[in-house]
Amino acid sequence: MSITSSLEPISAGDFGPAQARHLLIRAGFGAKPLELRGWQAMELDQAVKSLVEYNDIPTPGLEPADLDPDVIRTPTLQERLDLQMARRESDQKVLDQAQRDRVAAQFEDRRMHAQLQRWWLDRMARTPRPTEEQLTLLWHGHFATRHRDVRDAYLMEKQNAMLREHANGSFADLALGIIHDPAMIKFLNNDQNRKLKPNENLARELMELFTLGEGHYTEDDIKQGARALTGYHVDDNDYLFNPNQHDNADKTILGFNGPINGDSFVKILLKQPACSQFIALKLYRHFVADVSDSWDLLDSTTQQVVEALARQLRENDYQIAPVLTTLLKSKHFYDPGIVGQKIKSPVQVTVGTIRQTGAPMRDERGLVEALNLMGQDLFEPPSVAGWEGGRSWINTSTLFLRQNTSTYLITGKAPGKQFNKSDIAFDPMALLEGLDDRGAESATNYLCDALLGRHVSAARREPLIRFMKERSNGVTGDSLVALLLLITAMPEYQLC
Amino acid sequence: MCKHYHPISTDTPAVFNAAFTRRRFLGGMAMISAAATVPSFVGSTTAAFADTNWYTSSKPGTPEDRVLVVIQLSGGNDGLNTVVPFGNANYYRARPGIGIPEKDVLTLEGADGIGLNPALRPLQELIQQGQAAVINGVGYPNPNRSHFKSMDIWHSAQTDEKDQRGRGWVGKAMDAAYPLDQHGNAPEAAAMACVSIGNESLMAVQGAHIKPVTFQQPDLFRWIGRDVHPMISEGYEHIQQTSVDVAPADPLAFVQRTSLDAQLASDRVIKAVAGQTDTRFPNNPLAKQLETVSKMIRAGLPTRVYYVTLGGFDTHAQQTFRQPQLLTQFADAMQAFYKELKATGHDGRVVSVAFSEFGRRLRQNASNGTDHGVAGPSFVFGPAIKPGVHGTYPSLEKLDQGDLIHTTDFRSVYADLLDNWMAIDSEKVLDKRYEHIGLLPPRVTA
Repeated sequence: MSITSSLEPISAGDFGPAQARHLLIRAGFGAKPLELRGWQAMELDQAVKSLVEYNDIPTPGLEPADLDPDVIRTPTLQERLDLQMARRESDQKVLDQAQRDRVAAQFEDRRMHAQLQRWWLDRMARTPRPTEEQLTLLWHGHFATRHRDVRDAYLMEKQNAMLREHANGSFADLALGIIHDPAMIKFLNNDQNRKLKPNENLARELMELFTLGEGHYTEDDIKQGARALTGYHVDDNDYLFNPNQHDNADKTILGFNGPINGDSFVKILLKQPACSQFIALKLYRHFVADVSDSWDLLDSTTQQVVEALARQLRENDYQIAPVLTTLLKSKHFYDPGIVGQKIKSPVQVTVGTIRQTGAPMRDERGLVEALNLMGQDLFEPPSVAGWEGGRSWINTSTLFLRQNTSTYLITGKAPGKQFNKSDIAFDPMALLEGLDDRGAESATNYLCDALLGRHVSAARREPLIRFMKERSNGVTGDSLVALLLLITAMPEYQLC
Repeated sequence: MCKHYHPISTDTPAVFNAAFTRRRFLGGMAMISAAATVPSFVGSTTAAFADTNWYTSSKPGTPEDRVLVVIQLSGGNDGLNTVVPFGNANYYRARPGIGIPEKDVLTLEGADGIGLNPALRPLQELIQQGQAAVINGVGYPNPNRSHFKSMDIWHSAQTDEKDQRGRGWVGKAMDAAYPLDQHGNAPEAAAMACVSIGNESLMAVQGAHIKPVTFQQPDLFRWIGRDVHPMISEGYEHIQQTSVDVAPADPLAFVQRTSLDAQLASDRVIKAVAGQTDTRFPNNPLAKQLETVSKMIRAGLPTRVYYVTLGGFDTHAQQTFRQPQLLTQFADAMQAFYKELKATGHDGRVVSVAFSEFGRRLRQNASNGTDHGVAGPSFVFGPAIKPGVHGTYPSLEKLDQGDLIHTTDFRSVYADLLDNWMAIDSEKVLDKRYEHIGLLPPRVTA
């Protein structure tokens, strides 16, 4: 019964349909039944490689969000002078106009933010590189930044591009990238971190939430770290190093001494064994299991696996792709105690339903709203600590929302809206492509295997099979829609 | 309780049977130990379905019966045109286009030089009847003029930079009221401790372990797959009743348990709101929400906090048109709500508080509107509170960059409500002690 801690790859022959499904649903958002067969036929090495080392896969039709960079911008010198003059002379007309312009810009920025949310959802649903999106989402939750604080959707887009660029690259580049990232600098007030008046916010979260975890640094390390990050500022849309505000003097951080700046501060953090362990656990929690984020609360098997991954990170300059490859091929990953035991995030429920059933995207605005209600508002994580994940996704409200989101995708039936059969605009018969026996039992099992997993018992499938057998017209588009609704309403569908 | 009230329960066997089969099903689950998997308030369904009024506390009148309703007025309500300082010439100087003439202002007994916007007549009546109060100048130090940031501050009840992990004051209060047991399970009543109506997940109601029931409309708090075809509904019942053979600690058992909880909560909410009210509620968005709340209160749901929202107060332009409409909606809704509560005998159990994330600047802008400011009035309701006017009206002479300076910290309002109404230690929620305003008698009944 106990779960193996072995990170040795499973043998090629053990990569069957169940394993292919598990791989796709964890590393991506799952796939339709026939596609799963294709992944299985690819065999383990190639399947993992094509998921993890996605950089050469072309992405036709996936355009950048392309938001206007100048909606929120620094006023020009002339504008500042005009405004100063108006203030001095109490020229209410000019002051009011300036206020109106500000309100209009913020309104437009919120519109762009909503556009960016839809853009990402759409990309996740359509990309041929699903693991890129999974990793970008992981880093978004890791370096959690909120639009409502940054108040500049363009900077959020820019951060997303940075996270995506390094998503399967080196964590070192991500950590260095984030201290130069305008959205993060604004979010954690580092643009107010000055030589004579240090602001500790970024330094603290950099250690506590981004690299080491609590208990691996002192309050003094934070103070000194904040000094190292002084002068890491923003000029409109770009990072700006402000030498006049940077504290050049010697500092001692975690035992290292010298005129440490922000970049060398990050390098010191990356040298800490705690850092590799912290990042390995993050990866593990995203791809493998809903375990505690506190090392001491992990069982010994999990500790062994995470420590082995951490070692691999340290030995490979924090390269993510090789560690993820090890993990996704490992005996541990395919252990029955791991398969089907993880609670899907709201994004996995939403994007997963689309990608696994072929249901159309429907109205993205409604889906973005549903994600918010389900607790995963893109570009608005609840706090700098990101999403808690695991069981925190599920409560009496979110469970209905999750089921209803799937219902909406499959049928076009929106909560509270009248429903017409013509709204469905989706033919689930295509899901049976490649299945010879299209009897009630065979078709039900086929979809259960793909959507719930082969591990789900015959007893649990029995009501579904019975339901399909009772349909007088047999397996039709209509009865399959009903079957999909029932499958997605099962508790098992909330797990992956 | 009201005798002519007939919630639709006993003559709708579907609801009853569903509950019955769930209990039977739970009794029949051999693999799972009952204690660990019985959904949180299955144990109380007998009483609930016996159609009796049913409170979380065995003794009516103890604090567990008490309900708090929070009304969020989103967008930044212009406090200066809500509670109008008509006695101050600076008010009219700063607002030549939108100032409310003294002759139109509704008087507030015992308050010199201030009165209510004429759209607030129902509020004036509630105050005269001893059921409502104004709290002047509510705000916080170093005000933030962003809607989102200021709302976050009101929600988290924290003004410092410290990250709140997305948790809010109501959620933390529910965490404190319903601590987890030694197995990490929340007590039964906690599953519906807080109901939030709206289409977004609000920080105020998120606790560490107690999460709100959230829905836009009560009839959406259920699985909508049923609506697609009746035959699907039947299949769904079969699935829900098939046992899951897994250990209680398994995530599948957890989801199954939550699913049963959700079914029960949904049945209760839908049953509750299917009843009629004695009072005719006006047709406005806030009134509709409060009508739903009044039905849930009447049905005796074990909910301690209801959270509702009315938006649209961001009146940068032409506010003399828009703001009175919103204030009318607000006041009409509150009047109908307390009328209904009184008619059903629940008014004494319910205190309500209404707030907005900030007030607006003293000086109007060129579009006959007002821009984001800071302090503004809050309102409390219910026969339990001390009616009238609380707090000092902010000075119109001593301003901070053209803005009013708050005279009452909003956390004093929270502290008063938590300590003296909800009997929840406010220090656990707010991380420190705040002075009480005197809205309620100090807690002696608790």
